[in-house]
Amino acid sequence: MSKKVFSRRRLLTGTAALLAAPALLKYTRAYAANPVLKIGHVSPRSGPLAGFGEADPYTLDAIQKIFSGGLANNGKSYEVQIISKDTQSNPNRAADVAAELILDDEVDIIVAASTPDTTNPVADQAEVNEIPCITTDCPWQPYFFGRNGNPAQGFDWTYHFFWGLEDVIGAFLSLWDSSGAAKSVAGLFPNDADGNAWGDKNLGLPKPLAAAGYKLVDPGRYQPLSEDFSAQISAFKEAGCEIVTGNMIPPDFANFWAQAAQQGFNPKVVTIGKALLFPAVIESLGARGDGLTSEIWWSPDHPFTSSLTGDSAKALASGYTAATKRPWTQPIGFKHALFEVVADVVKRSADLDDKMAIMEAIKSTKLATIVGPVDWSKGPVKNVTKTPLVAGQWQRTGNKMELKITNNQTAPEIPVTGKLKLLA
Amino acid sequence: MDWLNAIVQGILLGGLYALFAAGLSLIFGVMRLVNVAHGDFIVLAAFLALVVTQSTGLHPFMTFIFVIPLMAGLGYALQRGLLNQTLGHAILPPLLVTFGLSVILQNGLLEIFSADNQKMDAGPIETMSLTVAEGLNIGVMPLAVFVIAIGVITSLQWMFYGTALGRAFRATSDNQQIAQLMGLNNRHIFGLAMALALVVVAIAGIFLGMRTSFDPSVGPGRLIFGFEAVIIGGLGNLWGTLIGGILLGVSQNIGAQINPGWQLLAGHLTFLVVLAVRPRGLFPKVDG
Repeated sequence: MSKKVFSRRRLLTGTAALLAAPALLKYTRAYAANPVLKIGHVSPRSGPLAGFGEADPYTLDAIQKIFSGGLANNGKSYEVQIISKDTQSNPNRAADVAAELILDDEVDIIVAASTPDTTNPVADQAEVNEIPCITTDCPWQPYFFGRNGNPAQGFDWTYHFFWGLEDVIGAFLSLWDSSGAAKSVAGLFPNDADGNAWGDKNLGLPKPLAAAGYKLVDPGRYQPLSEDFSAQISAFKEAGCEIVTGNMIPPDFANFWAQAAQQGFNPKVVTIGKALLFPAVIESLGARGDGLTSEIWWSPDHPFTSSLTGDSAKALASGYTAATKRPWTQPIGFKHALFEVVADVVKRSADLDDKMAIMEAIKSTKLATIVGPVDWSKGPVKNVTKTPLVAGQWQRTGNKMELKITNNQTAPEIPVTGKLKLLA
Repeated sequence: MDWLNAIVQGILLGGLYALFAAGLSLIFGVMRLVNVAHGDFIVLAAFLALVVTQSTGLHPFMTFIFVIPLMAGLGYALQRGLLNQTLGHAILPPLLVTFGLSVILQNGLLEIFSADNQKMDAGPIETMSLTVAEGLNIGVMPLAVFVIAIGVITSLQWMFYGTALGRAFRATSDNQQIAQLMGLNNRHIFGLAMALALVVVAIAGIFLGMRTSFDPSVGPGRLIFGFEAVIIGGLGNLWGTLIGGILLGVSQNIGAQINPGWQLLAGHLTFLVVLAVRPRGLFPKVDG
C-alpha cells in the first residue's frame, strides 16, 4: 500500500531536474556541434581465451583510422568513437563490462566476438537494456540455444553471424570421406559448453555421424585440464578407431596426443575443433603437429574482399603479419568483418538517434564482407546468418606449418589449396 | 588388463601430482604459509626453461642449470623482501599476498609471452614407451617424472632429517620463538625454505613444459591436485604427499575407467573421504 504524497523532497528533485534540463540538453547528440556515434566493443584480451583477442589492437587501430574521417549518415558526418573492453576471458566480467558500456558510456551499438563466454553475456545485456548488438566468432547453436533462444520467437535486439555445428560436421565428414580411413571415430568431448554441444545426442555429432555410416566411440565427457587420457585411449584402441575428433583446449590435446603415442594408438586422421586453430599451438607440438586437421572459418585464400578497404583476405592477413611479425590467425577476418557490418549499418540507418531505425538497418543487412556474405534475411533461425566453413590440414612446408584447405564440398566457392595426407 | 593399465598409469600420474605438490608441502610444513601462487610459479619456471632452450639450444632437461638457481634466488628474495613482512599470527595476509602474486604473475607472463600455447620439444623421448605386457605400455616420460618425484622427495627428506639446515627448518617449524632464542634467524631460514621450494617448483615447471602445452593462465588449474595430495598425505609429511598424489592419481584413473566424466570426481571423492575419516590426513607430521 503506497500513498502518493507530494512531499518537499519530491518538489526539490523535480525542480532540480527542471533547472538542469537545459544544461543536459546541451550535451545530448542532437544539439552537439559534431555528432558522435559510440560503439562498444567487448572481447577477451587476457586470460585463457586471449588468443582469440590477439588481433584486437591491430584491428581496432586499423578500423579507427578508416573511421577517422567520420561516417556519413543522411548527409551528416558522425564522429565514431570505439570503446573497447576486455572480458579477461570471464563470462561474468563480460556481462559487467557490457553493462558499463551500455549504462555508463551510453554506447549506440555494442559488438562482441569470440566464444560463447563473450558473445552470450554481452548479447543478454544488450537484449535486456534494448541496445542494438552484433556478435560473431561463436558457433550459432551455443549462441542461440545457450541463451535459451526460441526459434519461433528469436531475439529483438541481438544479431549474430558465424557458422554452426551442422557446418562443422559437414566439413569434417567430407574430410573423412576423402581420407579412406575406417569409419570408426573416436570422440573426445570435454565437460564444457562446446564439448556438451558437440557431443549432444540430438543436436551434436552422434546423429549425423551415424547417418553417414560412421561409428562414434564416445567414452563420456572428461573434465578440461585432465592430466591423463589412458582410459579413453584404451577404449579407442579396443574399438579400432582410425579417426579422432572432438573439441579440446590445447593443453588437453597436447596431453592426449603424447599419451596416444606412448600407448601405441596411431589414428590416421585427427580432426579437432578449437585446439588446432592457432599456428602457435601447432608449432609447439613439433613434428607431431604435422598432418593434424581442423575446421577453417577464414584464411588468406578465401576469395572475399573487405567492404571497407577493398583489400583481399590475403592483403588483410599479410598486413597483420607485417605489422605484428606474427602469423595470421582465423579470428582476424571476423574481427574486421564485425566493423564492416557496423559501418554498413551506420551508413544505411534511417535515423541514428532512433534505436529502432538502427535495428531495422541491421535486419536488412546484405553485405559482402571479408568472411563472406552477411545477410540476416536468410538464416537457420531469426537473428543468425551463416558464413561459409571448410576443412583443412596443417602441413609442413619448409620450416613452417601452413594450414591448407583440403576439402571444400561445404563451400565450393573457397578454393582447395592442398591435398589431405594420412597420419599413419 | 585395462584395469591394471589404469592403475599403473594412475601411479605414474601420482608422481606428477607429488612433484607439483612437494614445494607446497615443504613451505606449509616450515612456515604454515599456503602459497596460492604455487601453480603460477610452476608456469613461470616452465617459461624460464622455454627461454633458456630457445636462446641456448639446450635440451629441455638441461635447462635446470639455469632455471634452478634463478628460481632459488627468486624464492629467497621474495621471502625476505615480501612474504616475511606478511607472516604473523593472522593466516589471511600471506594468503592474500600470494593470491595477488598469482594475478601479477599471470598477467605479467601474458604481457611478455602473449597467450600463445607453448611447449618444449624434448625430442623422441616424448612418445617413447616400454611395453611391459600386451596392452600395458609405460611411457618413458611419465616414468621419468615419477622417478624424479621420488628422487626429489628422497633428497628433501634427507635434507630435513640429515642436515643442520634441516634441523633448523624443523626447529622453526616446531616453535619459532624458541628457535630464535637458540640463535636461529627465522627470516633467513624462511628465505632458504622458499628458495628450496622454488627449486622443486623449477623441476616441476621443466617437466610441465615438456609434458604438455602451457600458457600463462594454466597455473591455478595445476594447483588443486597439489593441495589435495598434500592434505591426503598429511600436512608437512613429504612421503605422505607422494602417497597422497598416488592415491589421487589411481582413484582418478579408476573413475575414468568406469566413465571419463568421473575421472576428477573420483579423485575429489577420495579426498573428501580421507578428510572425513582422517581430517589431518593419513600421515600428519605437523599441526595445521
